[in-house]
Amino acid sequence: MYSLWLSWKHLVYKPAQLTLNLVLLALSTGLIAGVFLFDRMITERLDRNLAGIDLVIGAKGSPLQLILSGMYHLDVPTGNISLQTAKPFLRPGHPLISRAVPLSLGDSYQGYRIVGTDTAFYALYDLELAVGSQQKAAMDIVAGAGVARALGLTIGQTFQSVHGLDDNEDLIHEDGPGFRIVGILQPSGSVADQLLLTPLESVWLVHDHGHGDHDHAAEDEAEDREITTLLIQYKVRNHLTLNLPRNINENTDLMAASPAMEMNRLYALMGAGTELLRILAWIILAVSGLSIFVSLYSSLQARRYELALLRMMGSSPGGVFRLIVQEGFLLAFFGGLLGLLFAHTGLWLTGRFLEEEWHYAFDAWVFLPEEFWLFLAVLGFGIIAALFPAWQARKVDIASTLIG
Amino acid sequence: MIRAKGLTYQYSGGSLMSFPDIQCEAGDQLLILGESGSGKTTLLQILSGLRQPQTGSVSIHGTDLQAVPRRKQDQFRGKHVGLVFQTPHFLQALNVEENVALAQRLAGQKIDLPEVRDLLERLGLAHRIHAYPRHCSQGEQQRISLARALINQPDILLADEPTSALDDRHCLEVCGLLEAHASESRSALIIVTHDQRIKDRIPHTITLERHV
Repeated sequence: MYSLWLSWKHLVYKPAQLTLNLVLLALSTGLIAGVFLFDRMITERLDRNLAGIDLVIGAKGSPLQLILSGMYHLDVPTGNISLQTAKPFLRPGHPLISRAVPLSLGDSYQGYRIVGTDTAFYALYDLELAVGSQQKAAMDIVAGAGVARALGLTIGQTFQSVHGLDDNEDLIHEDGPGFRIVGILQPSGSVADQLLLTPLESVWLVHDHGHGDHDHAAEDEAEDREITTLLIQYKVRNHLTLNLPRNINENTDLMAASPAMEMNRLYALMGAGTELLRILAWIILAVSGLSIFVSLYSSLQARRYELALLRMMGSSPGGVFRLIVQEGFLLAFFGGLLGLLFAHTGLWLTGRFLEEEWHYAFDAWVFLPEEFWLFLAVLGFGIIAALFPAWQARKVDIASTLIG
Repeated sequence: MIRAKGLTYQYSGGSLMSFPDIQCEAGDQLLILGESGSGKTTLLQILSGLRQPQTGSVSIHGTDLQAVPRRKQDQFRGKHVGLVFQTPHFLQALNVEENVALAQRLAGQKIDLPEVRDLLERLGLAHRIHAYPRHCSQGEQQRISLARALINQPDILLADEPTSALDDRHCLEVCGLLEAHASESRSALIIVTHDQRIKDRIPHTITLERHV
């Protein structure tokens, strides 16, 4: 401990050099850890929301957009499809489909999306109520845990929705029927935490009312009904399900997209960017190793007398060697630690931004095993950078340095 | 306390230097005088165990220096030999007290801060305990290096030109301190110098001849 303290004393004696080395180390470590963490955070987040969904069906457009809007509630929908055309998939006893969840999007409340759906949605995401009851009638709202917390929603509260997915006051459905909170969900870690769920009929009611068309016959209405998306789970995967998306895309006005395929394409796109960042970060780490080497090596000449003094007072050559290696180690230790702190703080800030902008919650204080290995690698860099200067220090000739 | 017998040394390409036998008991004082080139420095290095002689032996406190295992030599020197130089040097990152305590620690002793402070006080450095050596005057620095040399109560206190850089007043002061503290800690004091001012203060004197 005394020897470590001595190394530390030498480091803090040169605050400018210490700061430079720490900043370089923290920057590179932070960047590498940040890439790890961000990558993991996004992937995990997106994977959790896959929820075993095999296929997403909606209006024709960009398949990725369909996935992002229908499953992750990030993008705007590609458009609506008529309930009539979606009916075959919703029919119970479909030979291929075990579960089909209809979604109707388009309205929001204070920036949180209102999703018209049925009870199959609850089963899909394993949602459980914290308080209140499930949606029974039109205009009932069951709020996700995140929305309820953020907006302070309580059972029985009522509100008017806003047309569109942005919080735009000009588009409030002022004369539409009001929504009423009947239940609040337990946190699930899925996208449902950030949604307001309501029966499909609510969305239709709000929009019918807005248009003032009251003389539709009941059947006509049913024909006019629209939904936005269908989330599909297969019974089994076989050659029929393999061909299903193509069949839908070629033979109907609908579009079918496979989340696994689209997300892999997105990851591949993201991967090129993160890979580049990662390479850049390792280069900076190498530079900071070089900086440790240069500062230890260049101070050697100035410290020759001190090193000889240490030897004169009883320190062995090995003791002097250790002293210098420890300086590299300490730099790496604190630089690395600082870097990890940077990365998590950065992630936390990003998370807060994402939560505000997109209503996506992140936990920034989860530590990955990769970070542990990264930290070890940084320590290795520090020690290796100090080896040669330490070896030189070991060879300082006390006799001629002190008395001569 | 220290005995040196039949010491010779030859630098590669140089002539063979032979040194007179030296004996200095605990509490004794010895002055080694010599012009530059007389091998003063070489003798000092041999006596402190920093250089191996070609022939002859040095024993400190009954221990033959050559018989000390290599890896123990540094610690042996730290514990038994105190060195004072013409220009004092310190670990700049440490304050006065820490510099002196370092000598205790590196000699394999436990750090005893009350003892360190007590010694510094006796050397008139009570107000400098927490200062950094570079902020101290030259006279103070020489006294700090004396404290560092004395803290382990060494068997022999070797002073290398301790007064050459000082004016008459400080020369007397440092000499007095060396003598007083060496006898107090029962160390054998050997001063190596070409400074004629201190010649008369110390009874035993060896003069080295110039080797050509």
